[in-house]
Amino acid sequence: MTSETALAIEATGLVKSFGEVRAVDGVDLAVRRGSVYGVLGPNGAGKTTTIRMLATLIRPDAGTATVLGHDLVGEPDAVRAAISLTGQLASVDEDLTGRENLVLLGRLLGFTRAAAKARAAELLDAFGLGEAAGRVVKHYSGGMRRRLDIAASIVVTPDVMFLDEPTTGLDPRSRNQVWDIVRALVAEGTTILLCTQYLEEADQLADGLAVIDHGRVIAEGTPGQLKASIGSGALRVRLLDPAQRPEAQQVLERELGPVTLEADPAAVSAPCGDGDRGAMAVAELARAGIRIADFSLGQPSLDEVFLALTGHPSDIGSGDIGEEQAV
Amino acid sequence: MSTNKALDIAGAADESAVRRAISSTVRPTPAGPVASAFTFAWRGMLKVKHVPEQLLDVTITPVMFVLMFTYIFGGAIAGSTGEYRDYLLPGILVMSVLFTTVYSGVALNTDLTKGVVDRFRSLPIWRPAPLLGSMIGDSARYLANGTVIILLGVALGFRPGAGVPGVLSALALVVAFAFGLSWVFTTVGLVMRSPSAVMNTGFMAIFPLTFLSNVFVESESLPGPLEAFVDVNPISILATTSRGLMEGNVEAGDIAVVLAVAVGLTAVFAPLTTRLYRRS
Repeated sequence: MTSETALAIEATGLVKSFGEVRAVDGVDLAVRRGSVYGVLGPNGAGKTTTIRMLATLIRPDAGTATVLGHDLVGEPDAVRAAISLTGQLASVDEDLTGRENLVLLGRLLGFTRAAAKARAAELLDAFGLGEAAGRVVKHYSGGMRRRLDIAASIVVTPDVMFLDEPTTGLDPRSRNQVWDIVRALVAEGTTILLCTQYLEEADQLADGLAVIDHGRVIAEGTPGQLKASIGSGALRVRLLDPAQRPEAQQVLERELGPVTLEADPAAVSAPCGDGDRGAMAVAELARAGIRIADFSLGQPSLDEVFLALTGHPSDIGSGDIGEEQAV
Repeated sequence: MSTNKALDIAGAADESAVRRAISSTVRPTPAGPVASAFTFAWRGMLKVKHVPEQLLDVTITPVMFVLMFTYIFGGAIAGSTGEYRDYLLPGILVMSVLFTTVYSGVALNTDLTKGVVDRFRSLPIWRPAPLLGSMIGDSARYLANGTVIILLGVALGFRPGAGVPGVLSALALVVAFAFGLSWVFTTVGLVMRSPSAVMNTGFMAIFPLTFLSNVFVESESLPGPLEAFVDVNPISILATTSRGLMEGNVEAGDIAVVLAVAVGLTAVFAPLTTRLYRRS
């Protein structure tokens, strides 16, 4: 079969339950070699559990998956030889220095002491950590830690890399740096499975995308297809008077579709297919006598994607870091 | 915080260097079981180097015990401080090293709360290597800990009859026993929810067991049932054997019992630890 050589990851019907909760409930994935595949979903959707199964850390209860043609359960060592994992919690040893972390991994991966030190120095310099190499990781900033984490994943350049929410909690500058590193990895031929909560991140990096919710894939396609299916953007409006929000909601629902009431009591947003419809909706608000503080047309947020795809809000931010279901 | 920020801004990833680093196709054969275990042992030593505090309390407590018991209770218990010091020191060696074993469980539990274990488990290496390696590293710590107690004793005038070979063989035996016992605490470390729970459970078990042994007093002075318990407590047998090795009047049977207990603990708890570790 040609698909066996073309696909880096192929999963069929993966299931994993923790007690009563089906964290992953029948996930299928097909990730082309050399591509970035995004898995988009809120906390508790089953992203991390899926990655942990594919990285051979936990065994699926049902379903099968191969990584580069190697079966997860049957040939875990062959899978481990081809992958590396950058987990959601920084997968580096906080009590060691940056250099010691990389030398440790180099030694475990079979480098001689001298070669491991040379590789560590090369990576630390490339990732802008040369000056901090001798400092204990505990004292690193979030961005430095992430860079070290990714450097640790490419001590031996992997064929397949799992990145679990690589930019959650990072400032925009550090986030852009991580994105640049991911692009460089892809340019060199590494296949990347990227879990993220941010549509923008998936949009920036991913060739293909699966949206998952409650352990199931609810939509799949390229970021372009996905956005086309829910409208290319969202209209966000802040009102001068929060008391007018119900009226604004009515108008926007009539003009554009399902409205998201944001945490800010004066803000509403709604998906809009194009800028013209958005502009007309703003005009309708003005005609209805609703006073607007400011408005913007932008990327739909994950909230809006979820609302559009599932008809229910995504509970973003209500979950824990772990995979305990956020309901 | 401000220094971190400064460092962060100073060091951004250099994209062409990143590409060069990534394009490396060097892929050596991963380390074998022995090499990877010793690499993890090295990791354990590095932790001691960077976080020496964690060894401090398990070292200071026994030092205080030596000084307090020798100079405050020694005269009353044994008639003279010198005589009691000679009785107590091998016992404190045992106590000190066994207390340190609790930290093997604490360290393992701490590891599991961090993401680094996931990375280790996704590497193409022998699965028990991280566990075995940290046990080897810990054994080096037991050795360091025991050495401190012995040097303290020598400074206070402890001159055992069997000399240096006797002391070294006692130290080796205590470390061997500690290796076995530490598997119990790694099992505890995998079952408990937090590092402090592991520590509390560990000390709640090891503290009374140490006092219900002949580390501090001869069992003959105790009431009957207590004496019976103290006599069969493996910690008593270990303390008696250490004294024997140091004074040159050890009974071979006692050495065999100590080693048998160490092997038994390892045989039961090492596989249990490995299984729990794999599932965690």
